[in-house]
Amino acid sequence: MNFALTKEQEMVRKLMRDFSENEVKPLAAEIDETERFPRETVEKMARYDMMGIPFSKKYGGAGGDMLSYAIAVEELSRVCATTGVILSAHTSLGCNPIYQFGNDVQKEKYLIPLAKGERLGAFGLTEPNAGTDSASQQTVARKEGDYYILDGTKVFITNGGEADVYIVLAMTDKAKGNKGISAFIVEKDFAGFSIGKKENKMGIRGSSTTELIFENCIVPKENLLGEEGKGFSVAMQTLDGGRIGIAAQALGIAQGALDESVRYMKERKQFNKPLAAFQGLQWMAAEMATKIEAARHLVYNAAYRKERGLSFATEAAMAKLFAAETAMEVTTSAVQIHGGYGYTRDYPIERMMRDAKITEIYEGTSQVQKMVIAAKLFK
Amino acid sequence: MKIFVCIKQVPDTNEVKLDPKTGTLIRDGVPSIINHDDRNALEEALRLKDRYKDVEITVITMGPPQADVALREALAMGADRAVLISDRAFAGADTWATSNTLTAAIRKLGHYDIIFCGRQAIDGDTAQVGPQVAEKLDLPQITYVKHLEIQEDMVLAHRALEDGYEALSVKMPCLLTAIKELNVPRYPGVKGVFEAYREKTVELMSAKDLDIDPDIIGLNGSPTNVKRTFTPAPKGKGMLLDGCSKETVKDLFSRLKDKNII
Ligand SMILES: Cc1cc2nc3c(=O)[nH]c(=O)nc-3n(C[C@H](O)[C@H](O)[C@H](O)COP(=O)(O)OP(=O)(O)OC[C@H]3O[C@@H](n4cnc5c(N)ncnc54)[C@H](O)[C@@H]3O)c2cc1C
Repeated sequence: MNFALTKEQEMVRKLMRDFSENEVKPLAAEIDETERFPRETVEKMARYDMMGIPFSKKYGGAGGDMLSYAIAVEELSRVCATTGVILSAHTSLGCNPIYQFGNDVQKEKYLIPLAKGERLGAFGLTEPNAGTDSASQQTVARKEGDYYILDGTKVFITNGGEADVYIVLAMTDKAKGNKGISAFIVEKDFAGFSIGKKENKMGIRGSSTTELIFENCIVPKENLLGEEGKGFSVAMQTLDGGRIGIAAQALGIAQGALDESVRYMKERKQFNKPLAAFQGLQWMAAEMATKIEAARHLVYNAAYRKERGLSFATEAAMAKLFAAETAMEVTTSAVQIHGGYGYTRDYPIERMMRDAKITEIYEGTSQVQKMVIAAKLFK
Repeated sequence: MKIFVCIKQVPDTNEVKLDPKTGTLIRDGVPSIINHDDRNALEEALRLKDRYKDVEITVITMGPPQADVALREALAMGADRAVLISDRAFAGADTWATSNTLTAAIRKLGHYDIIFCGRQAIDGDTAQVGPQVAEKLDLPQITYVKHLEIQEDMVLAHRALEDGYEALSVKMPCLLTAIKELNVPRYPGVKGVFEAYREKTVELMSAKDLDIDPDIIGLNGSPTNVKRTFTPAPKGKGMLLDGCSKETVKDLFSRLKDKNII
């Protein structure tokens, strides 16, 4: 067993740290305040081959590995969780289904420009009445000649409106229940596809979360992803991998909050001493650091297993569950350590606390992660 | 066009501390980085490669085996070839012995049009190695380059001075030293990192490969003796003269006169 990162992964960490500190952190407060999608950051990430880290070079990727990708999301999220989720949704939810389930033509046409970062990806599963119960899809796709005609509405779609390519789930055969769901690749310009309401959110406010509206949307039959009726499996396997990205996001948020807290504790003086001199706070920081380290091992292990082709769904669920809860706890403690200042927007801590909450909700709530883990136990 | 870029791996001075007893750098646990000015030199070479066809960039470093990381990073940024000059015999080299070693390696490496160095390394601040290499190879040199253009076989450069710059032109082959005003270095690309480790190699050169006189390298070949390293005492507090300019200028003049400065 080997817990050390490879030299490649170390270098990816270093470059992601430098990139995040210099290019991402300076925008974090502003894009949160104004709900602005950081398009310029996406362009820079594309320039440095960050938009397709785990995919082979043949398909426009960086030829890297899952763990390097997780490290990238972690480092971005350490300073800006919005940027972290843009990359995670694009890579894990937009690109990966095509990488895993797409045919050669689809990979050529869609994966290559996505993995190069020339285009941005998104994933539409959730509907107003299909949240945790994601199989109860009401969006329908009926086949007409060489096309599928999609009708329905998706909600809460990350990168909505900003993405060029959407993986969309729809019912091709209602009678078959979740065996009647199929996955499609939808381009933003397809007739009958439009973007609906944009959510005004508590956190990750620079990321765009919107409705997707399909009204007689015409999708060529070549854009069926995987087999007809296998869409639910495509979606579930996509989310298994996606959870590693969100777990890495949660990990990064927690690490960022700890780093800010340690710095603040050295600077802020009360009773003529730095906060760092008070054992009550030292213990708080020690607990934060310990949980973060435990989360890191879970996240890296899940990434490592996926990379190696080992079973990883349970490990990814555990990683996401634990990292998300760690992020919430650590950011809450970090606000406490910062006192009144932590409650203001003069410091990044309150943003981190708002951002942390989403990691317990999307790509399966914490309750869902427990269902996944329990299902394995009681199989 | 063939460009050699000489880089040095240095401790990140943002994180480095001096041992108060011995006065030497505490390097333990301090991350290593590519020296800042050298990164500017490499970036400029990469920009030439972006602009012109057939540019080949070779990065060269003399250092311990761990300096491999600095070379891989340079490869990840886009350099084509990397050479690590490493041998126990080179240890303890001052600038003189270092430039002897680099010169010998460069002679072995064959044809070049430009040799690019950083102005100075942050762990030594001497700014001597670049110019010494130029002298030993009998090359024209432009130091403190803050702007650069190529015209046929000429390099046109702006050489930074304290209060302006000199516009100079020099025929290739030549040696240039870069300063941070020259450019903003790129990050290595993620793809570049994997290529640097999986597809590219770092060539090793030992003392034997250089056919070099053992008396001019390493500690033996170093005329410099470090007597003591210390943190200079902080300067006294400055003084701010407040008030309308007429009075303060008068005040300033009398103070300077008192001190026999004017
Ligand atoms: C910012 C944001 C971005 C998102 N991005 C995307 C995206 O890109 N693509 C996409 O498809 N979706 C996306 N989502 C949707 C997200 O995955 C869902 O919100 C999530 O799965 C929960 O569904 P729901 O909101 O309908 O909650 P509900 O399913 O209504 O759940 C409400 C509560 O009940 C709990 N609950 C539900 N059923 C059970 C049960 N059987 N046992 C125990 N507890 C249960 C849940 O855990 C939760 O706490 C995003 C959501 C947000 C907020």
